[in-house]
Amino acid sequence: MSFARRAWIVAWKDVLVERRSKQTTGTLLFFAVLLLFVFQFTLGPDRERLTAVLPGVLWLGFILAGLLGLGRTFVAECEHDCWEGLLLAPGDKGAIYLGKLAGNLLLMLAVEAILVALFAIFFNLDLVGVLPGLAVVVGLGTLGFAAVGTLFGAMTAHTRARELLFPVLLLPVQVPVLLATVKATEAVLAGQPLASVAHWLQLLVAADVIYIVIGLLSFDFVLEG
Amino acid sequence: MTRILGWLAILGLLAGLVMGFGVAPRELTQGNVQRIMYLHVPSVWVAYLAFAIVFVASLVYLARRAPGADRLAHASAEVGVLFTGITIASGAIWGKPTWGTWWTWDARLTSVAILFVLYVGYLLVRTMVDDPERGARYAAVVGIVAALDIPLVHFSVYWWRTLHQPPSLIKPGAPTMPPEILVALLVNFVAFTLLYAYFVVKRVWLLEREQEALA
Repeated sequence: MSFARRAWIVAWKDVLVERRSKQTTGTLLFFAVLLLFVFQFTLGPDRERLTAVLPGVLWLGFILAGLLGLGRTFVAECEHDCWEGLLLAPGDKGAIYLGKLAGNLLLMLAVEAILVALFAIFFNLDLVGVLPGLAVVVGLGTLGFAAVGTLFGAMTAHTRARELLFPVLLLPVQVPVLLATVKATEAVLAGQPLASVAHWLQLLVAADVIYIVIGLLSFDFVLEG
Repeated sequence: MTRILGWLAILGLLAGLVMGFGVAPRELTQGNVQRIMYLHVPSVWVAYLAFAIVFVASLVYLARRAPGADRLAHASAEVGVLFTGITIASGAIWGKPTWGTWWTWDARLTSVAILFVLYVGYLLVRTMVDDPERGARYAAVVGIVAALDIPLVHFSVYWWRTLHQPPSLIKPGAPTMPPEILVALLVNFVAFTLLYAYFVVKRVWLLEREQEALA
């Protein structure tokens, strides 16, 4: 079986499990709605203030939802005793990493899309014009976040205090991605063209490539035993 | 051997003190406060050296599975975190009289702070895994991710904001420092590197004994 096919099978398995159990997605969406409430209550109804902090708040929402969502995926494998199955899968373990990454990416992007829609509706923002630029920035940022998140998630599933250790490990590594995406999102929401934040996008692409390559190469060591 | 290294480190530090307080002239604008540089700059050098060694030792551990490489990475990370802490603390003490603030979210301060949390996380992984072999493997992966993340952190934080004075030692052209200051700084570089080596050797030895006792 080819590398791509094996990765696809892992990703498809995750989607299928999620479609049938609706465990993570349902709860995560509900969590996203709750986040919206929390932001509303903590920031107050002032629209000026909200638009000023919107890029940061948006990413805060993505990160909180992502931390919960990504932390879950490998824990679920452990809970259902599927870990051995993954270990026994023949061939390069990089394929399993890519498959898991694809599943996680899909999950995060879905939650992010809904969060953006909720923001637009409840805070009365017109985001239609900036949507393509926003999609590029959010997509690149989420890829970097999920790339390290998938690697670390596999690790922390086997540690003590995993819910705590996962963000503690992931957040410092994500500082470059975070800075780049928030700055780029800020520019995009202000109506500036993507070219004005080209350096941030380049940094995001570089980060994504580096993280994915590390993940592919080191997943073998994380998965074993 | 270790003892000799320790004495050399002590001698180096004494020489560094004499150079920093006795030989090096008082800086004109900042006054005596500037002498913190002889602690601050060598500390940050040791921190980066320590984390570079964590990176190499992590790679070696994953490739060869040599327990010695893991112990070296572990010891080096601990010493690195210590010196990152010293860098931040001495920088804050230097910043208060010269910039008027203990802390500012300037580019280089921020990257050192991120360095600190990155490697505290690295050390945390080890304490959170019950199986020592697995802990070593996970730590090695985190050590590699953290090291490759450092350039990204630098770029992102640099673009984000910068206020720190530009590097005064390693830059194109001849150094602009008076030779006495430069020599004093270099003596401290050597002394701190010796101190780092001594700490690491001692800590590796201790880790070895710990593992023997547990085995």
